[in-house]
Formats: sequence, structure tokens, C-alpha cells
Amino acid sequence: MIPELGHLALILALCLAAAQAWFGMVGAQRGDAAWMSVVRPAATLQAAFVLFAFATLAYSFLTSDFSVRYVAENSNVLLPWPYKITAVWGAHEGSLLLWVSVLGLWTLAVSWFSRPLPQEFAARVLGVMGLISLGFCLFMLTTSDPFVRLLPAAEQGRDLNPILQDPAMAIHPPMLYTGYVGFSVAFAFAVAALLGGRMDAVWARWSRPWTLTAWLFLTFGITLGSWWSYYELGWGGWWFWDPVENASFMPWLVGTALVHSLAVTEKRGAFKNWTALLAIAAFSLSLLGTFLVRSGVLISVHSFASDPKRGIFILGMIGVFVGAALTLYAWRAPTLARGGGFQPFSRETLLLLNNIFLVVAAGSVLLGTLYPLLMDAFGLGQLSVGPPYFDAVFIPVMMPFFIIIGIGPYVRWKHGDAQSTLRTLRVAGILALLAGVLSLVMMHATGAVGLMAGVLLAVWAGAGALIEPFRYFRRRAEGRHGVLSRSTLGMCTAHMGAALLVLGISVTSVLGVEQDVVVKPGDTVHVAGYDFSFQGVHDEQGPNYSARQGVFQVSKGGDAVAVMRPEKREFASVGNETTEAAIEPGLFRDLYLALGNPLDDGAWSVRVQYKPLIRFIWLGGLFMMLGGFLAASDRRYRRQRAAESVVPATVEHA
Amino acid sequence: MKIRDYTPFILPALVLLFLIGLFARGLFLDPTKVKSPLIGKPAPKFTLPELYDPSKKLDQNVFQGQVSLFNVWGAWCAACQDEHPVLVAFAKRKLLPIYGLDYHDDHQAALAMLQKGGDPYTQIFDDASGDVAIDWGVYGAPETFLVDKRGIIRDKVIGPLTPEIIDDRLVPEIRQLQAEAR
Repeated sequence: MIPELGHLALILALCLAAAQAWFGMVGAQRGDAAWMSVVRPAATLQAAFVLFAFATLAYSFLTSDFSVRYVAENSNVLLPWPYKITAVWGAHEGSLLLWVSVLGLWTLAVSWFSRPLPQEFAARVLGVMGLISLGFCLFMLTTSDPFVRLLPAAEQGRDLNPILQDPAMAIHPPMLYTGYVGFSVAFAFAVAALLGGRMDAVWARWSRPWTLTAWLFLTFGITLGSWWSYYELGWGGWWFWDPVENASFMPWLVGTALVHSLAVTEKRGAFKNWTALLAIAAFSLSLLGTFLVRSGVLISVHSFASDPKRGIFILGMIGVFVGAALTLYAWRAPTLARGGGFQPFSRETLLLLNNIFLVVAAGSVLLGTLYPLLMDAFGLGQLSVGPPYFDAVFIPVMMPFFIIIGIGPYVRWKHGDAQSTLRTLRVAGILALLAGVLSLVMMHATGAVGLMAGVLLAVWAGAGALIEPFRYFRRRAEGRHGVLSRSTLGMCTAHMGAALLVLGISVTSVLGVEQDVVVKPGDTVHVAGYDFSFQGVHDEQGPNYSARQGVFQVSKGGDAVAVMRPEKREFASVGNETTEAAIEPGLFRDLYLALGNPLDDGAWSVRVQYKPLIRFIWLGGLFMMLGGFLAASDRRYRRQRAAESVVPATVEHA
Repeated sequence: MKIRDYTPFILPALVLLFLIGLFARGLFLDPTKVKSPLIGKPAPKFTLPELYDPSKKLDQNVFQGQVSLFNVWGAWCAACQDEHPVLVAFAKRKLLPIYGLDYHDDHQAALAMLQKGGDPYTQIFDDASGDVAIDWGVYGAPETFLVDKRGIIRDKVIGPLTPEIIDDRLVPEIRQLQAEAR
């Protein structure tokens, strides 16, 4: 009964989404206030039904109702209950339902916070979101219904994919989807603005907090995913340039460009066309990510679902949504007024460069991801492009990008003053050079030049991010008036995050140590000054798995550091084996042990790794997320509601 | 406005058009055809019990002397259940022996599935631990390998066999391999 209710709710949500789209888009076009007044209630109800459908599926999981096929395929009585909930999005059907549910939440938020907006504009925004929801509900109901019954019911479920039974992986998809789907808001704002012909500072100011919020969730989602693959996949890698990772990274890169470009549009009225295009592109890449993961077009270790019907449907949806948006763009963008002009040395120029670098980076990731498909489509053979390609194209683009990060905030809008910028950045420059040279002299590692470049850029960007807060506190200490808006603080925090990220990446990839060894009980391995003494392997029993656990005493210079227990877990219900690496974490270094295979006479192959500063990579991600949060919660976005509801600023400065 | 003013703004739509064309082509290109590094190599060595009679051991020598298919399946795998009737129908044509690798499966469930849906296999290897499948580079079920008379892997299909894959891809290859000298 309950699953049927869920199915019904989904059908009702589909109808309501259609109403939301129709009354929103057509109502705004006709200027019909009565029609437009239907949009908010329709949107709210639509979201409520989607969320209800989600709740019924969660209920079926919690009660282990194996007469529902999707539950039988992805859950098990023995599965601990928090994972029964996260198993809802453990496979294709449920993750789509999660997608639509997240869209429902965003719809609720937009319908709530958009009240001060002009009615037409809000109706169009919600109308576009209704169309997207309509597409995805239809997709689910026609190709991927999670509520299909299994008759006769299975006695026992097949269990959730063991590598997904993990706290980080449990919340990774909702975070990622919140980011992906959040870009639909920026997309809807851009389309509504193009339709209504009001691409102005108000549009930009309204889009900004939404885009920042979506961006910060995406940042968090990617960070979580990277952290997860580090400790769960058992290789100690933190980024694999896997198509599925790229699928989330491309919208992030374009979203980052969008966040910066929106700043220019808001403050200076410039880059309007470009901002609108980026907003469309960011969401398109989110859709593309869904397509790449779900269609099986590119085969990746991550793609659990692949079915051509689904691929064709998503492709059609991309064609309709993005095609319509880009056609609208081609029609409307040329008529838009250009914003204020600017000198070659100005913040606009630097932000434009920032955008170019980010878009080029996203483009090269896209090319690398699609390259195998491209070759295949033109009959040039099958091949895949690996990390060497991505490292080779990505790093050169990012180097000038990081130089700009340091400079940008200290150049004035319109026309900058090179003298004053130089004065401001003198100290940061000296520090960066010193750190770079020092790292070159102190470390005789291979790849020391790369290390030097990384350290130099990280210190440069990091010191640059500290100048503004430093100035503020100095002024305050001197008893003078100082302003540090959350927006600025957010920017500095995010830039600091980028600096930490680069530092972590360069140090860990150049100075990290990795050894594959064979050990017998009683053996000791020396890696990077640490002694790992192998005590042996014994059996352990978990709730729904059995494990073989190795025990290693770790010491440094005779002082005990930790006892590390890497495991290999066997999940009886699915017959899968996972490697649980043992990690001894530290802010400045991780020790990483993964069990390989058992060999003769109690010997095991083991991978031992020493990873300096690897935590900085995720710490950087968290800083960026925090920065996004600070910027999105800036006072002016809250204040504007009161101000603009009185005087709707529709004046376009032509 | 002149048409020229629109030109740069049409570009994004053109890029999209190109990408969609590319993806559509990718979708219809049989996306599951990934070249296995094992193609052209001899079948990996193994010894496994037969599914019906575990006391009987089978090894890679079964592939010697005739062209055969090697199908990796499991009762737990929904796609294999979809594939099963296709395989049963193909077996009735008696073109070549079809060997099955019951991958990571529950013994009883496997037998039940064969009893219910019919048994298309000449012989079935019981790979309960999944180790042999790993040697064959299997990363999901179903997967099907085409092995020639000398026991060399010649083609691999990832995902369920369909009547189209069988008739358009496998049957011509089978006939060609069967015509080859030993």
C-alpha cells in the first residue's frame, strides 16, 4: 500500500509540476496576475508530493519491505538502520528520486524567498524550475520507477553495495545533488531574465546568494567524495580523474567562474551575456554529469547503472532544456546593453582572466572526459585518457590562475592603480618567494621544482587572502573605523582554502612515500622515519560482514605512535570484498596502511604510505565551503528584500 | 540588428548540438563494447567444480577444439535474468557450446534459476569465490567471452546479450572462427 501511495504522489507531483510550469511561463508572458498567483501554491504542493514520495520509499527501506524491487536490490535486514535510509539513494532509481526531492527543497526555498521579487520574474523562475521537475518526474515514471513491486517478494534483500556503506558516502550524494540541483536556480534566474529582458544588477544580486549556496554544497560534496575515495578505495589516492569525478568537477569549475562573474555583473553591470551563459552552462554540465553517470556512455568504476533507454531520455532532456535556453540566449543576448567600460588594469580584467582560466580548465576536463567517446564516434579506435593528460593540461592553466587569485582583490574596479596594488602585495610576494626558495633548498626530492612552484603559489594566494582581514584588525586595533563585510571575509576564506588545497596537493604528491611490501608476522617495515611492526592477522566479525584484520605497531624513533588495524571485509550477502585501509591521521601527515593479499606462510602484501599535508586538501575544500557560506549570508542580500519590495528596480541602463 | 551581430551568440547552441550528436552516436555505438586487454590472449588458467556435480572439476581445457561462448552470470544479477531467455533461445540453435561461469552466487539460487528458466549451458563452472572471474577481468555480470578453437579469447560483450548483438555481432564472428583451421 505504502509504495503505491508513493507512486501516486509522484504522478501528482508530475501534474503539479506541469501546472507550475504552464502558469508560470505562460502566465508571465500574458501578464495574467491570476494565472501567476497559482504558481506558488502549485510549486509548494509539487514539492510536498515529491518529498512525500521520498518519505514512502525511505519507509519501505526502514521496514525492509522486500516486495519492492528496488528495496530488495539495495537493502538487507542486517543493514544498520542509518544505511537503510542512505540506501534509498544507493542506486539509480532512488538517486533520481533524491534529485527531484532536492529540487523540491530548492523550489520551496525559492518560492518562499522570492516574494519581494516582481511577480512576473518570480513566476518565470518557478515556471522554469517546474519544467525541470516535470522532466525528471517523467523520466522516473517512464524509465526508472523506484516503486515497482517484486512478486513474489524476496525473502532477503541483496544488500547495499558495501563500498557505499560508509558515513561519508552516505551523505556525499545529497550534498553533491544539492549543489548540482542548486545550479538549476541560477539557470532559472538566467532564463527568466532573458525572457523578461531584464538582465540587470538586480538580477545578478538575486542570483548571487543562490549560486553561492549551490556552489558551497557542491564544494562540500566533492570534498567528501575525495576524502571517501582516499580511505575507502584502499589506494590512498584522493582524485582519480575518473569520468564520474569529472562530471561533478566541471560544474564546479564553471560554477566558480559564475560566482566571480556575477560579482562583476552586480557591482559594475558588465559581463551580463557572459554571466547568463555561465549560469546556463553550469546547470547544463550538472545535467551532463547525470547523463554521463547514468547512461553508461563512458564506462567508469563508479557507474553502477547503465541502460540505453535512460541515456536517451536524459540526452533528450538536455537537448530540450539546454537547447531552448541557448536558443533564447542567442536571440536575446545580442540586444543587451553592454555594461560600464574598464581599463586594461582593473578588477574586471582580472576577473575576466579568472573566468577564462576556469572555463578553459573546465573545457579541457570536458575534452579529456569525452575524448574516448570522440575517438570512438569517428572510428579512430578505442582509448582512454588518464591522469597524465589531465595533469598536463590542468596544472599549466591553474598556475597563472593562482597568481591572479592573489592580485585580484587588491585592484580597484574600472581602473586599477598598479602602484598601490604593488605596495599592498609587496610582503605577500616576498613571503611567497622565500617559501618557494626555501622549499627548493631544503627538500632534495625529485620533482622539487613542482614543489617549489606549488609552495610559492600557495603562500602567495594564502598571504594575499590574509591582507584584507589583517588590515581590518589593524585599523580596529588603532581605534579607527574598519569594515570587513561577510562577503569580503568569505572571499578571503575561500581563497585561503584554495591556497591550502594547492599546498596539500603539491606537498603530498612530491614528498609522499608509497611502498608495497611483503611482511610476515614479526617483520618491521621502515617508511619515512616510521617503523611499522607487523603482529599478524586475525578474524573479526562485523554486523553484516566478516573481516580479516591486520595489526601493526607503529613507532617513530622508539616512541609508540599508534596501533593500526587495516582490514579486508567480506560481505556475505553480496559476496563482495572491500579493503578498509587503516589511517593514522594527523594535521601534518597521514600514515596509511592497506592490506593486499595473503601469501604463503602467514605473509601478506601490504601497501604502506606516508602522506604529508594530505589533510590540507580537504581542509582547503572546507575553507572554500565556509567562504561560500559567509559570502552567501552577507547582510546586503538580506537587506535587499525590504528595499526592493518598495521600489522594484526594473530600469535597464542602456 | 544585423545577422552578424548574432553570430557569436549562436556558438554555444552549436556546441551543444555537436555534443548531443556525439552522445547520441555514443549511445547507439554500443557503449558496452570495451576492448578487453584479454582479447587475443589465451583463456586464463583455472580449475573449478561443476555446478551440478561439485566433485567433477573443470579447467580451461574445455575450450580446446571448438569455438565456444563463455558467459558470466549469477542468479543475483537482474541483468542476467533479463538475458537468460535470450541465451536459452540461442542455445537451442546449437551453433556452439555455451559455457557458464556462475559468478559469486548462491548455489541453490543458481540451480533454482536454471530449473525455472531453462539451462542454456553445456557446462557450468561454479565460481563461488569470484576469483576466476577476476582473472578473466570481469567487473560486472553478465559478460560474455567468445573463445576460439585454440582457447584464445577473441571477443567480449559487456552487459546482457540481446538478439541483435547475437545476430549482428557474435554469429558472424562465430562462423568466421569456426571456418578457421585448428
